[in-house]
Amino acid sequence: MKVVVKLDSTKSKKKSFIAERSESISMKGHQKSQVKCDTDSVAGSMSQRACVFCGARVVLNPITDAIHLVHGPIGCASYTWDIRGSLSSGSELYRNSFSTDMKEKDVIFGGEKKLEQAIDELVDEYHPKLMFVYSTCIVGVIGDDLDAVCKKKSLQYGIEIIPVQSSGFIGNKAAGYRAACDAILKIIKPEETTSQAIIERKSNCKRVINYLGDFNLAAEAWIIQGYLKEIGIDINVTFTGDANYEALKKATDAELNIIQCAGSMTYLAKKMEELYGIPYMHISFLGIEDTKESLRRIAHFFQNIELEEKTEKLIAREESQIAKTLHWYKQQLQGKKAAIYVGGGFKAISLIKQFNEIGIEVVMVGTQTGRKEEYDTIADLATAGTVILDDANPSELEQFMTEKAADLLVGGVKERPLAYKLGVAFIDHNHDRKHPLSGFIGAVNFATEVHSTVCSPVWKYV
Amino acid sequence: MLDATPKEITDRKSGGMINPAKTCQPIGAMYAALGIHSCLPHSHGSQGCCSYHRMHLTRHFRDPIMATTSSFTEGASVFGGGANLKTAIKNVFNVYNPEVMAVHTTCLSETIGDDLPTIIKSADVPEGKLVIHANTPSYAGSHVTGFSNMTKGMVQYLSEATEETKKQQANIIPGFVNPGDMREIKRITEAMDIEYIMFPDTSGVVDSPMTGKHEMFPKGGTTISQLKDTGNSKATYALGSYASADAAYHLERKCKIEPIVLKTPIGIKATDEYVMALSNKFSKEIPKSLEEERGQLVDIMTDTHFHFHGKRVAVFGDPDIVIALTEYLLSLGMTPVHVLTGTPGKKFEEEVKEILAAAGIEGSNVKAAGDLFTLQQWIKNQPVDLLIGNTYGKYIARAEDVPFFRVGFPILDRSVHSYMPIVGYKGAMRLLEMISNALLERQDRDAAEEDFELVM
Ligand code: SF4
Ligand code: SF4
Repeated sequence: MKVVVKLDSTKSKKKSFIAERSESISMKGHQKSQVKCDTDSVAGSMSQRACVFCGARVVLNPITDAIHLVHGPIGCASYTWDIRGSLSSGSELYRNSFSTDMKEKDVIFGGEKKLEQAIDELVDEYHPKLMFVYSTCIVGVIGDDLDAVCKKKSLQYGIEIIPVQSSGFIGNKAAGYRAACDAILKIIKPEETTSQAIIERKSNCKRVINYLGDFNLAAEAWIIQGYLKEIGIDINVTFTGDANYEALKKATDAELNIIQCAGSMTYLAKKMEELYGIPYMHISFLGIEDTKESLRRIAHFFQNIELEEKTEKLIAREESQIAKTLHWYKQQLQGKKAAIYVGGGFKAISLIKQFNEIGIEVVMVGTQTGRKEEYDTIADLATAGTVILDDANPSELEQFMTEKAADLLVGGVKERPLAYKLGVAFIDHNHDRKHPLSGFIGAVNFATEVHSTVCSPVWKYV
Repeated sequence: MLDATPKEITDRKSGGMINPAKTCQPIGAMYAALGIHSCLPHSHGSQGCCSYHRMHLTRHFRDPIMATTSSFTEGASVFGGGANLKTAIKNVFNVYNPEVMAVHTTCLSETIGDDLPTIIKSADVPEGKLVIHANTPSYAGSHVTGFSNMTKGMVQYLSEATEETKKQQANIIPGFVNPGDMREIKRITEAMDIEYIMFPDTSGVVDSPMTGKHEMFPKGGTTISQLKDTGNSKATYALGSYASADAAYHLERKCKIEPIVLKTPIGIKATDEYVMALSNKFSKEIPKSLEEERGQLVDIMTDTHFHFHGKRVAVFGDPDIVIALTEYLLSLGMTPVHVLTGTPGKKFEEEVKEILAAAGIEGSNVKAAGDLFTLQQWIKNQPVDLLIGNTYGKYIARAEDVPFFRVGFPILDRSVHSYMPIVGYKGAMRLLEMISNALLERQDRDAAEEDFELVM
C-alpha cells in the first residue's frame, strides 16, 4: 500500500529546479518509484553535503587521548577544531587543532618532510600513545606517501601513528566514515590473532558489549551506559564517544556490537564480525519506542530471564516517570507539522517516529547521505503527500517547507537561520545540540526543545 | 581544557600549527562576494570546503549564507575542473538567477592549475549577467588575504574610469569587519556630508531583517553600477591595509584614483584619522554630531581610566583589527603584553612594535603567522589581566583563568555582535564597556567577602 510517486516538477509553483535533480525528489502517493540517492552532487547546486575528510574527522575526533593531525592547508583543520561537541571523562587532548599548515612550497616540493617534522614536534610536546594523520584534498593530488611517513615515525617512537586516507574529493562524507573505520580497525587489532585465543578470552568476559556510533554528544553515551549497567550489561568500548587508546585495545573482548549511527559504523561492525566473530545489531536510543525496543533486543540476545525481567522493570519505571510530562507536550503540539533534513537516513527514520510520539506529523523528509534501504523505510513510515528528497539544497527546502506549511524544521547548522528567516521553528539534531536526545530522558528533552521553539512568542512578531 | 600545553617554550621548526589563529582564503573571498548586491559566491573545488565555509559564516552571522560549489570528484582532479565550472555557471544562472557570480578557487583547483579566466571566457554566461573571479589558494595567506583578493577582483573586473573629471565621491573599502561596522563607517561618512561608494558592503545581506520570507538575494550589497562607478571617484579610503590596500592600489593603477590607506577605525586615534582624512580631501567641516560623540567618548575614557591603567592584555585576531585595537588599548593606559595574528606578514610585527615603542612599551611579544598554542605559552610565562580575541580564545581563558572578551572573526558562541559596531567613536564606547565589564566582573567574582563593593 505504501508507495511513492515521483514529484512532477512542472507542478512546482515557485521555482524551477536543476533538471538533473528531479529524480532525487519524490512525493509519497500512488505509484511506486525510488528516490535517486547515493550519487554525486550536481555542479552549481547548493549542496549541504560535506566531504570525505569531514566524515573521517567527525567519527575519529571523539577519541580523546589521540593527537588528530590534519595534513593539509590550514582551513581544513581550523573548521573542524572541536567541531563535534563530544564529551570526555579523561584526556582533553582531542580538543586541540593540529595542522601541518601546508604552504605553496610544500605543494610544489611535497609535504612529507614537513609532516615528519610536525610529528616529531607533537610527540615531543605531548608524548601521545596514539596519533591520527588525516590527508586532505591537496595531499591526495600531490601524492604525499602518508602510509610511509606514518610507518616510519611509528617505528621510531614506538607509538601508533595511523594514516587516515580522507582526501576530500574522493567521495562524500560516507567514504570518510569508511576511512575512519579502517583506521579504527588498525588500532583494535588484537596482539593474539588466533581465533582460539579470542574465543577463550571472550568466554572469560560476561555480558560485555561494544557501543558503536555514539559520539557522546551531551553525554549521551553515559546515559545508555547507565541503563545497560542497571540491567547487568557492561559497555566495553564506545566507538568513538569518550573512547581512548587503552579502551580501544580491548575492543575485541566484546560479545556483541550494538550500532546507533548506522551510516558511520555498519561497515566497522561487519568487519569485526568477519575478523573476530562478534555479532552486531542495529539499535536506536532516539525516541521512547526505539529505546524500549532496543533495550529488549539487547537483553534478549543474552538469553537470560533475569536480564529480561530487569529490563522490563527499568522500562516500566522510566516510562512512568516521563509519561505525564510527555502527555502534556503531546497535547500542546498535536497537529503541528515538521520537516526533517538531516545527515543520515537512520536518523531521519528515528525522527519520524519521535515526532509521531509527540503528536506531530512529518511532511518533508530529506537526508544528505541516506541509502536506498533507508529511503524505503522512510517511504513506509511517511504519510501520504510527504515529500522525500535526497541531497537537497536550500531553495528546495524552502519551497517544500512553505508548500507543506511546516511549523518546524529539524536540521543542522546551515538550516537553522534558513528556517528562522521563513518564520519556521527549528531544532538542532546535529553536532550543535547541547542536551542529550538519547534514551527516556532524551525523549523528554526532545519534546521540551520542540515545544520551546514551536510555541515561542517570537513567531507572533514575524 | 588546553591543560596539556607545556609552559616551556621550545623551538618549533616545522611551521605546523597548533590551534590556528587563522583560516583559509576562500572563506574571506566568500564573505567579500556577499557584499555585492545579488551576487552568488561560488567555490571552485570539492563540496567539503564550500560546506565548511558556509557553516562557519552561518555560525558567526546567524544568517543563511548562500554559495554554490563546483562539486569536484576524482575526475575533476585528474582532468581539471573546467567542465564542472561551466556546468555550474549554467545551473547557477538557470536556477538562482543572480546578477553576478563571484568564483573563488580552493586549494584543490589551484593545485591542479585550473585557469579560471579562460574557463569563464568560454562559458555560457547569459546576456547581462557577470562572472568575476579571484584566485584564493588556501596554502597562502589567510582568510584576510582571500577577502583582499576578492575585493581586488571586483576592481579588476568592474571598475571603469568613464568620466573626464573625478566625481566628488569617496570609495570606501571597509575591510573584513562585521556589517554593523560597515553601517557605522557609512553613518560617519554621511554625517560628514560626503558622497561615497562602499565596497564590499555586507550590511543588509548578512544582517538582513526578518520578513517571513527567505530572500536569496537580500536588499543590501554594493550594486554593479556602483562598482563600475568606483573608477570615477576622487579617492579610495582603504581601511586596514591587509584586507583593503591591494584593491585601492589596483584602482590607482587602473583608474588613477588616489589611494588613502588608513587603519581600521577602531579607537579614538584611528577614528580621528579617518574623519580628518575625509575632511581634508573633501574640504568638509566636522559636524557637531561627530564632535559630540567624540566628546562623549573622551568623557567616558576619563571617567574610567583608572580601571584600565597598567592592566596587562593579550590580543589576537586579524591583523587590521589587532593593530588598531592595540593602539586603542594603549590610549586607555593598558599594556599589550602579547600581540599575535595568524595571518602571515612581517609588516604586522613592525607596525605593532612601532605603536608600542611610541607609547614607551618594551619587551612585548609580537608575532605574525603565529598560533594560539604560542599565545597560551606566552601567557603561561607572562600572565595577563585580560585576553581579547575571537571565540577560540575561550579555551585559553579557561585554562589560564583569564577574563576574556570576544572581538573579531569568528565568534561562534555569542550572538548580536555582528550588528554592533566596534569602529568609530560609538564603537570605541562599546569596546570600553566590554573591557571594563570583563575586568570588573572578574574583580567582583574574586573579591573576598570584606572587599566586595557596591560602587566601583
Ligand atoms: S581544502 Fe583548502 S580550501 Fe578547502 S577547507 Fe581545506 S584549506 Fe580550505
Ligand atoms: S549519520 Fe549523522 S550522526 Fe552519524 S556521523 Fe553522520 S552526521 Fe553524524
